[in-house]
Amino acid sequence: MTVKVRGLDVALGGRPVLNGVSVSVPAGTWTAVIGPNGAGKSTLLRAILGLVPSRGEVTVAGEDLGALKPRHRARVVAYAPQTPNLPVGMTVFDYTLLGRSPYIPHLGRESSADRAVAAEVLGRLDLTGLAARPLDHLSGGERQRVVLARALAQQTSVLLLDEPTTALDIGHQQQVMELVDQLRLADELTVVTTIHDLTLAAQYADDLVLLSGGRVAAAGPPGEVLTRSAVAEHFGARVRVSPGPDGRPDLSLERPGRPERSGGSECSAGSADS
Amino acid sequence: MRPGRLGGPGPDGRAWSVPVREGRNGPVSARLRARPLLITAGLLVATLLAGLLVGAADLPFTGVVKALVDRIPFVHLDSGLGPVERNVLFELRLPRVLLAALVGGMLAMAGAGYQGVFRNPLADPYLLGAAAGAGVGATLVIVLIPGDPGFGVPLAAFVGALSGVFLAYVLGSTAGRMNGAATLVLAGVAVSSFLAAMQTFIQQIKAQELQRIYSWILGGVGTADWQQIWMVGPYALASTLVLLAHGRLLDVLSVGDEEAASLGLSASRVRLTVLIAASLATACAVAVSGLIGFVGIVVPHVVRRLAGGSYRVVLPLSLLGGAAFLELADLVARTAVAPGELPLGVVTAFVGGPFFVLVLRASRKQVET
Repeated sequence: MTVKVRGLDVALGGRPVLNGVSVSVPAGTWTAVIGPNGAGKSTLLRAILGLVPSRGEVTVAGEDLGALKPRHRARVVAYAPQTPNLPVGMTVFDYTLLGRSPYIPHLGRESSADRAVAAEVLGRLDLTGLAARPLDHLSGGERQRVVLARALAQQTSVLLLDEPTTALDIGHQQQVMELVDQLRLADELTVVTTIHDLTLAAQYADDLVLLSGGRVAAAGPPGEVLTRSAVAEHFGARVRVSPGPDGRPDLSLERPGRPERSGGSECSAGSADS
Repeated sequence: MRPGRLGGPGPDGRAWSVPVREGRNGPVSARLRARPLLITAGLLVATLLAGLLVGAADLPFTGVVKALVDRIPFVHLDSGLGPVERNVLFELRLPRVLLAALVGGMLAMAGAGYQGVFRNPLADPYLLGAAAGAGVGATLVIVLIPGDPGFGVPLAAFVGALSGVFLAYVLGSTAGRMNGAATLVLAGVAVSSFLAAMQTFIQQIKAQELQRIYSWILGGVGTADWQQIWMVGPYALASTLVLLAHGRLLDVLSVGDEEAASLGLSASRVRLTVLIAASLATACAVAVSGLIGFVGIVVPHVVRRLAGGSYRVVLPLSLLGGAAFLELADLVARTAVAPGELPLGVVTAFVGGPFFVLVLRASRKQVET
């Protein structure tokens, strides 16, 4: 389902964080929200979910998300936060089952259908073997997949992921991004992620939205948004942008004040997050 | 993505064919299971019986059981107990035993509820000013009404406990919308110390009542009668029903307010409901027994360690376990220095204090909030 954000203003503690942000995410596509630290990326996701007070309009498939009851909204949009609270001692299965909350009557208990959905999601994410494992006994990569499992158990058509690859090594980053992409294609999900790693964003997202200072500085296909000048202006970083396979840009940092070495070590830009 | 290795369904959406119950690391899902429930219930029945049988007057085991069964409608049994023994059983022991169970169950379950609301295993039912509020209420009545105030003390304690929590809640929710639970705890601390100071002040001006005030504060169920049970019973029942119904929601709340909101749950609504019910349960206990500490922390902790951390398990087992624990404590209170009696609050604190330290040491790693 198409996600449209129009003229979104958010102020937190009296300080404006987002100013007139408009974003359009076509159904079934993946949009990555990029931008320097403090640009308002996470706030944008939280405002879409209605977790922070905002002005403006957020619609999913033409329906005003703000007018929906929280339970109904949670059946349309699922969210995986950047630093999820993982209750100590709770099993992976029970955590995944939390994703069924919007379908369970307020004071009721989950049905066998809810349990089946949770088990199926765990199977899809290759987590069945960990179902009985407490959350505090998981590795970083497993944890990220478990959080994804809870979001998938909500069976929504829109998935909002806040920094899904933070704190993961490069192999697990790739694994999570591939997983999200396959789930998106299989279930026709509309995916919005915030992400720091610009090359990773460019490789997976259909569109990028560059937030800077609470405003949309650029939006469009990765090749158009990620230019050397844009990265210099908004991130204060010197990068070399080279067209990669299928036209997606590849970024590598240039060390200031040093002559270019051919075949020197390259690392993807933008992963320097403090 | 690899398909599920256990031969489960792929992304085609069919239901999982193999019901996974027990994993390599234990149960897959936290639910109230029959075994811990039966064990705890058995423990409660055993302590209740012990409470009925032990005392100054010797009552025969079979006679007591027969007399109890005789009270079931349409069942008639000759217990063989004399009128004095029947009186001891039904007018002294039974109300005392039931009241101890009620107080213990309420305190432990309320403690579990508070812990769920504040996402902190060290929260206790007196956290938001219930104890200090009840203290002010009871002290005022003892000081102002000469002689035997009768129901004045429990009533004032009940109202005082609820007022203390209400004050803390109003203060906490008007002080700041952000960081709800933390602000509430701080408001509770402020209200508690204010009310405690007030109570101390009142008691200092009427120093001659110190003995009575202290014996109330230290707690006990020695003056139990049926009227007390009928007085708090309905409230206890109501709060039990509400709290037990909120187990799953407290589990959802354990991921924090914001994530709970993203799952469609209003954290503040759940918190308010559970707080009201748990405070009502606390007020019931405080009204009839004074201030009995540690039950609200110790019992839910033991349950959590033995049966798992889900509130669907912790709430009902705390209710039963708390009742059994206080039953046992009361047994100690009235036999340890017989024919005298120890204050019940002293017994629970004597067991609870050291235990609390052990729990603190063991759960040092888990407590991050």
